[in-house]
Amino acid sequence: MSNILTNQIIMNFELTEEQIMIQQAARDYAQRELIKDVIERDTKAEYPTHHIQALSSLGFMGMMVDPIYDGGGMDTVSYVLAMEELSKVDASVSVIVSVNNSLVCYGLQKYGNEEQKQKYLKPLARGEKIGAFLLSEPEAGSDATSQKTLAEDKGDYYLVNGTKNWITNAHSGSVYLLIAQTHPEKKHKGINVLIVDKDTPGISLGPHEDKMGMRSSDTHSVMFTDVKVPKANRIGEDGFGFKFAMQVLEAGRIGIASQALGLASGAMERAVAYAKERKAFGKFLFEHQAISFKLAEMAVKVENARNLCLKAAWLKDNGKPYGVASAMAKQYAADTAMEVTTEAVQIHGGYGYVKEYHVERLMREAKLTQIYEGTSEIQKIVISRDLLK
Amino acid sequence: MKILVLIGNVPDTTTKIKFNADKTAFDANGVQWIINPWDELALTRAMELKEAPGSTVETIVVANVGRAETEGTLRKALAIGADKAIRVDADPLDAAYVATQLARFAGEFDLVFAGIEASDYNGNAVGGMLAEMLGINSVSAVSGLNIEGSQVIVNREIDGGSQTLGVSLPLLAIVQKGIAKEPRIPAMRGIMMARTKPLEVLQPVDAQPLTAIRTFEMPQPKAACRKIGEDQAKELIYLLRDEAKVL
Repeated sequence: MSNILTNQIIMNFELTEEQIMIQQAARDYAQRELIKDVIERDTKAEYPTHHIQALSSLGFMGMMVDPIYDGGGMDTVSYVLAMEELSKVDASVSVIVSVNNSLVCYGLQKYGNEEQKQKYLKPLARGEKIGAFLLSEPEAGSDATSQKTLAEDKGDYYLVNGTKNWITNAHSGSVYLLIAQTHPEKKHKGINVLIVDKDTPGISLGPHEDKMGMRSSDTHSVMFTDVKVPKANRIGEDGFGFKFAMQVLEAGRIGIASQALGLASGAMERAVAYAKERKAFGKFLFEHQAISFKLAEMAVKVENARNLCLKAAWLKDNGKPYGVASAMAKQYAADTAMEVTTEAVQIHGGYGYVKEYHVERLMREAKLTQIYEGTSEIQKIVISRDLLK
Repeated sequence: MKILVLIGNVPDTTTKIKFNADKTAFDANGVQWIINPWDELALTRAMELKEAPGSTVETIVVANVGRAETEGTLRKALAIGADKAIRVDADPLDAAYVATQLARFAGEFDLVFAGIEASDYNGNAVGGMLAEMLGINSVSAVSGLNIEGSQVIVNREIDGGSQTLGVSLPLLAIVQKGIAKEPRIPAMRGIMMARTKPLEVLQPVDAQPLTAIRTFEMPQPKAACRKIGEDQAKELIYLLRDEAKVL
C-alpha cells in the first residue's frame, strides 16, 4: 500500500549539535563570502572557481561521502541544512554542490566498485575533481527511457556516440557519469551508466548556455564521437543504467528540493527585512495587512517546504523508502520557491526589479527548480503512482 | 608551547534581550549560544600560530566555566581546531569566580588568550584578574601577536596610533579586534573530529563571587528621528529652540 496513505509520522524535530554546526558553517560562508560577488558573477555568467575551492576545503563537496573515501561523513539532514543556507544567497554555487554531492558522489558511493571509488570517488569527495551527471538529451528530458546516445559493446570497451544536453558542470567538471543505451531492443533495460573522463578523445562541448538564472554555474551540451570507455568504468551489471539513474535522481531530488527551499527562505528573509524598513502611506510596509498577510503566507509555505525536505532526508538517513517523500519535497519546494520569490519581488516594488536587491535573481533561479532533476509534473507522476499502489 | 584560549558562551549577537519578571536575571529561553566573538578571533589567531611554518605550538586547549548546555560552544571550538576542551561545571557567577576556577589549570600554559570583553555582560575583567592570580605578564587591547623564540611581539592600539611591545612568556594576552582577520568556519572534517577530541569536565573549587546582580534595565527606546532637508536651516533652528528647547 502507498506510504502516503499509511501515514507513518515521524516526530523528532530537534537538530543535533553537529547538524547545527554545519548549518552555521554554511550560513557563515554564504553570508560572509558568497554574498560579496554573487550579483557580479550572475551578470557576467562567471564560474565561482574560488568559492568551489573554498567549499571543497571546508568539506562541502563530498559532505555525505564516507570518510574512508575522503568525505565528510555527514547525514542527509545536514546536507539539507547546508543546501538551504547556500541557496539563500547563491543557487549557482549550490547547484554545483548538489550535482557533485547527491548525484555523482552518491551514485558512485552506493553503486560503484572499490576500484572506481578509489580512483574517482576520492578526488570528487575532496572537491579536487568535480562531477557531472549526463542524462538529458536533445529529445529525451523527462522521457529518460528514450536514450539515443549509444554505448556499443566492443568487447573490452564501449564505443560511445551521441549528444547530451543541459549538463551542469560540463566544463568545470572532469568526471562524467554518462547514461547511454547499449541494447536498444531491450529499451530501458538495455541502458548502462559509464564513468567517463572528460579528457577522453572524441568528447567536445557545445557553447556555454546563456541561461535565465543560475548563470554562474556552467551548462553545456556534450557531444560524443567514437569515444572509447573501458568496460571497467561501467557501474553495476550490464543494463543497470536506467535503474541507477532513477535511484540517484531520487536522492538528487532532496538536494534540489533544499535548493528551492533556500531560494524561498532567502527571498522571504529579504522581504521581511524590507517590509520592516520601508514606509508607504506613513506606515511601515509590514503594518499594511496586504503585505503582512503575504509574509505570513510565505512563512507557512517555507515551513512546509522545510519539513518536507527534512522528512525526506530523515527517511533516507534511516534506511526507509524516501522516493515519494523526496518527490513531494521537490514539487512543493520548487513551486513554493517560484511563488515566494515572485511575491518577494512584489513586496520590494520597483526595487525588487533591479539586481541590487537580489530578489529578482532568486526569482529567475527559482524557475529552474521546477524544471531540472525531474519537472514538477514528473514529481506529480511519482506521487500519484504511489497512491495507486 | 601550550596555548589556552578562554571561551565565553554568549547569546547570538542578534538575540532579542529579555529579563525575568523581577529583572534580576537574563531570560535565556529560546536563545542560540555562540562563542564570544573576541574569543573566536583569539582561537583563530592561536590556530594560525600553530599552523605557521616552524611553529613551536604543540597544543591548543579551550576552556570555559559553565553548565553542560555550554558544551556545544566548546565543541564548536574543537571543530574549528582546538585539541582539547576543559569545562568547569559551574554557573559563571562573576568575573572573580570565573578567574578563580580557571586559575587552577591556566598556570600550566605558556600563552593564555582572553577576549577583551564578552558580548553579553561586557565585564572586561576575567583576563586581568586571571593574570594577577597566576602572577604572570599580561597585556591588554592586543590587536596583533607573534612569537619570536621566547619573546612574544605584541601590537596594541593606543590613542591615535599603535604600540609594539616585546613580552616574555608566560603571558596572558587580552585580545581585541584585529588579532585575526575573520573567525574560522569549521570544516566538515573538523566537525567530525570534534566528536573524538577530549572534553574534560572539572568540578568547581570553593569560591565566592565578589559581586551580585541587583537589577537589569533595558535601554530607553530611542526617540523617533526626524530628518530636516539641507535647505531647511530655519526649520531646524525653530525646532531646536522652540520644540527641543536646547538653544
